[in-house]
Amino acid sequence: MSTDTDTDTDSGAGHEHPTDARYVRIAILLAVITAAEVSTYYVDIGPVLIPALMVMMVVKFFYVAAWFMHLRFDSVLFTRFFVTGLILATAVYSIALTVFEFWSKG
Amino acid sequence: MSSEAHLVHDTGTGISNNKLLMWAFLGSECLLFGGLISAYLINRSRFHTGPAPGDIFDIPFTSVSSFVLLMSSLTMVLALSALQRGDIRNNRIWLLTTALLGSLFIGGQVYEFTTFLREGLGYTTSPFSSAFFTLTGFHGIHVSIGIVMLMSLVISSYRGTLTQKNSETVEIVGLYWHFVDVVWIFIFTVIYLVPSPTS
Repeated sequence: MSTDTDTDTDSGAGHEHPTDARYVRIAILLAVITAAEVSTYYVDIGPVLIPALMVMMVVKFFYVAAWFMHLRFDSVLFTRFFVTGLILATAVYSIALTVFEFWSKG
Repeated sequence: MSSEAHLVHDTGTGISNNKLLMWAFLGSECLLFGGLISAYLINRSRFHTGPAPGDIFDIPFTSVSSFVLLMSSLTMVLALSALQRGDIRNNRIWLLTTALLGSLFIGGQVYEFTTFLREGLGYTTSPFSSAFFTLTGFHGIHVSIGIVMLMSLVISSYRGTLTQKNSETVEIVGLYWHFVDVVWIFIFTVIYLVPSPTS
């Protein structure tokens, strides 16, 4: 393990890199969120269930993409490639699900 | 901390072509998995000729599998971090740990599929089962390919060809591995945790 400081500055190109300790802390956070997700299987939280699951899913996605995939530190071009794919997929398949009347079926 | 991966590259964009190619590939993979997830959502209620999803899913078991895959993302990023520091020994340990966790996940998936088959849910049993096996099977194939890539990195390391200088190779394999994890984050929530229809 390297030092416990949150970020080190890369001397070559001025990018900041998380330390191993930081990665471990993020993994612990992801594990806690996963535990919260799984707890909804055992505890009935009523109509907020699906919104709560979606929020927790997006938070986990954000942390993995930003920190583990280094989008937070890398060229913005990589983020654009990935986000373009995500937006395109969301738009195309939202339309497809609408055509199949998925939303009205509940 | 040394980081060869972020040095300015001699390319038109100033960034690594290999990394850019991997990101373009991952962007296109969003469309593949988006299609498979949508097909599942459309067909999840069409199970009249077999077991319903809500009756057959084993959430506690899948939760453990999901946790294993999530933790493999941590070990993958620790492998990259070790190589960027020039720590070859820890790089090998973390790469092997990642491959082991990935194999555990695949083992869990094989067990789950076998259980489903024994309970009467085959690939052609119903539109639900076809969509489910196609989606999770495609994801499993992606994880398996990732394990092969990880093991080839370990072999390269023992041959002495994987060094701090070419840590970008580990970073690119890591991007693929994290993407596979991100896709499972979606699958686990949308397919398993969102309440499924029961018979």
